Amino acid sequence: MKRIGVFVCHCGTNIANTVDCAKVAETAKDFPGVVFACDYKYMCAEPGQVMIQEAIREHNLDGYVVAACSPRMHEPTFRKCAERAGMNPYMVEQVNIREQCSWVHADKTKGTDKSIDITRMGVAKVAQNEPLFSTTIPVTKRALVIGAGIAGIQAAIDIADAGYPVTLLDREHSMGGKMAQVDKTFPTLDCSACILTPKMVEAAQHPNIEIVTYAEVQAVDGFVGNFDVTIRKKARYVDVDKCTGCGLCSEKCPKKVASEFEMNLGTRKAIYVPFPQAVPNKPVIDAKNCRFLVEGKCGVCKKVCPTGAVDFEQKDELIVERFGSIVVATGFEQFDISKYEEYGAGRIPDVITGLHLERLMNASGPTMGKIKRPSDGKVPEKIVFIKCVGSRDEAKGRSYCSRACCMYVAKHATLIKEKIPTSKSYIFYMDVRTAGKNYEEFYTRAQNEYDAQYVRGRVSKIFQVGDKLIVRGEDSLLGRPVEIEADLVVLAAGMDPQQDAKDLARTLGISYDQHGWFTEAHPKLRPVETHTAGIFLAGACQGPKDIPDSVAQASAAAVKAAGLLSKKELTAEAQTARCDEAYCSGCGLCVSICPYKAIELKRISERVHGGTRERQVSSVNQGLCQGCGACSVACPSSAMNLKGFSNDQILAEVDALCQR
Amino acid sequence: MGPVQLSTTVVSSQGFRDRLKEAYGADISLCYQCGKCSAGCPAAFAMEHTVRQIIRMVQAGLIQEALHTYSIWACAGCETCSSRCPRQVDPAKVMEALRIEAKNQGLVSDQEADLFHDLFLQSVQSNGRLHEVGLMARFNILSRQIFKDAIHAPGLLSQGKLSILPHKNQNPDAVARIFANVKKKRGGNK
Ligand code: SF4
Ligand code: SF4
Ligand code: SF4
Ligand code: SF4
Repeated sequence: MKRIGVFVCHCGTNIANTVDCAKVAETAKDFPGVVFACDYKYMCAEPGQVMIQEAIREHNLDGYVVAACSPRMHEPTFRKCAERAGMNPYMVEQVNIREQCSWVHADKTKGTDKSIDITRMGVAKVAQNEPLFSTTIPVTKRALVIGAGIAGIQAAIDIADAGYPVTLLDREHSMGGKMAQVDKTFPTLDCSACILTPKMVEAAQHPNIEIVTYAEVQAVDGFVGNFDVTIRKKARYVDVDKCTGCGLCSEKCPKKVASEFEMNLGTRKAIYVPFPQAVPNKPVIDAKNCRFLVEGKCGVCKKVCPTGAVDFEQKDELIVERFGSIVVATGFEQFDISKYEEYGAGRIPDVITGLHLERLMNASGPTMGKIKRPSDGKVPEKIVFIKCVGSRDEAKGRSYCSRACCMYVAKHATLIKEKIPTSKSYIFYMDVRTAGKNYEEFYTRAQNEYDAQYVRGRVSKIFQVGDKLIVRGEDSLLGRPVEIEADLVVLAAGMDPQQDAKDLARTLGISYDQHGWFTEAHPKLRPVETHTAGIFLAGACQGPKDIPDSVAQASAAAVKAAGLLSKKELTAEAQTARCDEAYCSGCGLCVSICPYKAIELKRISERVHGGTRERQVSSVNQGLCQGCGACSVACPSSAMNLKGFSNDQILAEVDALCQR
Repeated sequence: MGPVQLSTTVVSSQGFRDRLKEAYGADISLCYQCGKCSAGCPAAFAMEHTVRQIIRMVQAGLIQEALHTYSIWACAGCETCSSRCPRQVDPAKVMEALRIEAKNQGLVSDQEADLFHDLFLQSVQSNGRLHEVGLMARFNILSRQIFKDAIHAPGLLSQGKLSILPHKNQNPDAVARIFANVKKKRGGNK
């Protein structure tokens, strides 16, 4: 019989208030196998751990139970503690008498009784524990960054600077993401392109960075340290190696369509570079609009290209590469304002979004930086801004605050006043949230020096009368309905997750919240990690963020990724599944259920009654298995067992509970 | 008027707010006072307090003050406020609840509106649908303004928009059941 110790923690008053810890320890002394039991104020503190180690040596313990907080919190602590005393770390069981007893029971007797019960279960389980040993896996020292907006670029540069090769992938034709569309940035009003372009160039020229644009992640196999990623490189119809970026093709292309980059306020050709500073500065043919690809006629670009780079035969290409870690930085989408019928959005041309205004203010934009309203090109004098459009609005399914709109509206009001000195901005707001460094000062300046009129309230409707837009809201501080005759209305559209974010999450095996934002492993303590080891988050794909926050998080994610790549090898999970071939019927249920594709069926031959017989059984790849336990639940023959959580161990716990 | 004693008003009105939530599904604690309801309200011009202010009164526990307003009777029940509200407070329900409460407590601030509502419902109860001419006639007589709007009658009659005799609903039992159910549910005198 094993010699077992029991250590009951008070967690200060967290547990001791509703659990009689001394009594739990006293009772535990009579449990089968227990040779030592005690209680102490803080088991995780240095003296508590010393006490455990002394007890292990003094009483020659084979295993121990610590009755304390959640294993999520301190299991590693107590395992390491065992290891230091020369005990196999998997001979430790932690039972949770805090969250499961003291925090849910007001009554001390009930709390104590339940603590005794679950401690008894822990003892029964530890009596069945076997020492487990972890194996190691090699690390592929390369990182993949998905999304080449400002967050992805920053993460890629930081990982590359740390000395590891990085592949930076984007599904658009150029790097830059949303920031490339922005004119100036708050609170310093630097021109967005002026600070973004050098970053793009730095990434493009970095010896450790490989840029892959116009490409998507199609599948991800493998696990931390060794992800096998299938990348689809979409056909550009232009050979980037031959192309010199001279631009003759675009110039001569006869087909003009609305430019997505210019928010449909300007046009582009069918063979085009999305914006002048694009990296890589090589054109792409938009197959849907190319006359040659659609009608088989034209081919002007091919004729004029001096290097023969245009290639109508190009096909999508699939490549599979192995990476040690992945940083996801896929960003956001602007909220679709046509969901606000009452604002006439999409119907009234002079009701636009913040990103539209960015393009109208940009010197290389469709109006060369002159703010003209879309309907008739007039310079607007009265401009109304409406905040929280698609944010903090449960009726539209967006409960969250988009975090950047308060500031970008203040920026817009400032810049408009500079460009049109006779203009007046009216800003309908609910709250003004300016929590960043120098943000509040920026907002106050928009009010005081740039004459922005803030009106508290949400606009209820906008309609057109002649060439004016009538905006009706309530000034809720005045307590009276107000109306403004505006020339232009700018909706501060909030942030939405990318529409296909959920698909990517499924491909990567990471989780997302009800809106589609990717979820971090812990909101406070593991903000850039996902629940899947080796995959990290950067920027607005995790939730609305402005540029400074995205960049900060990107560097954080890069450190995590580089830290992982810096390891010689990774310790593999020791608590993995094991198939008992004697019981396995080869049904294959576990194969389809394993979320990590860790199980395969194999053929074995065995001797039966003197002859040999072949049959099929399942086998677990110990490197891939994450110890989730799904297979052992599914297995109808109880052949599949999770080490450390075997069927026998769990039954022993249930027995212990029933026998009291 | 001294300051509102929030510490007493909020506590003493908790019951009313709970009832709003349970019986009407309107949780006014969600309201963040944006005024989108008032800004869209077609009757706001006729109200002395906007819908948003009425909601605020209820939040602050000034139930009696809200029950005495003319606003709750000026409300057309069109539900624009509810469909626009970003917090799904359902202000139109709150207005309705206040009208019912005012009536139950005998605090009707606009006798004419109250009379109109009663006559409207009586007409629906006896015919199964509204009989406009009957309603107008009874309202004008009971509110002592016999010739109110009478000038419009000939035109409407000649266009076939009004009919002298009521159109009866084919299923009077169903109508009676609806009225009985509502009465049972609300427990009031409506
Ligand atoms: S425990 Fe089973 S289901 Fe889970 S990862 Fe391992 S083999 Fe797959
Ligand atoms: S589910 Fe069980 S019996 Fe079926 S193949 Fe897997 S281990 Fe074997
Ligand atoms: S629209 Fe809704 S949230 Fe806004 S003030 Fe009215 S009730 Fe409150
Ligand atoms: S339901 Fe009443 S309060 Fe609401 S918008 Fe219509 S008239 Fe105004």
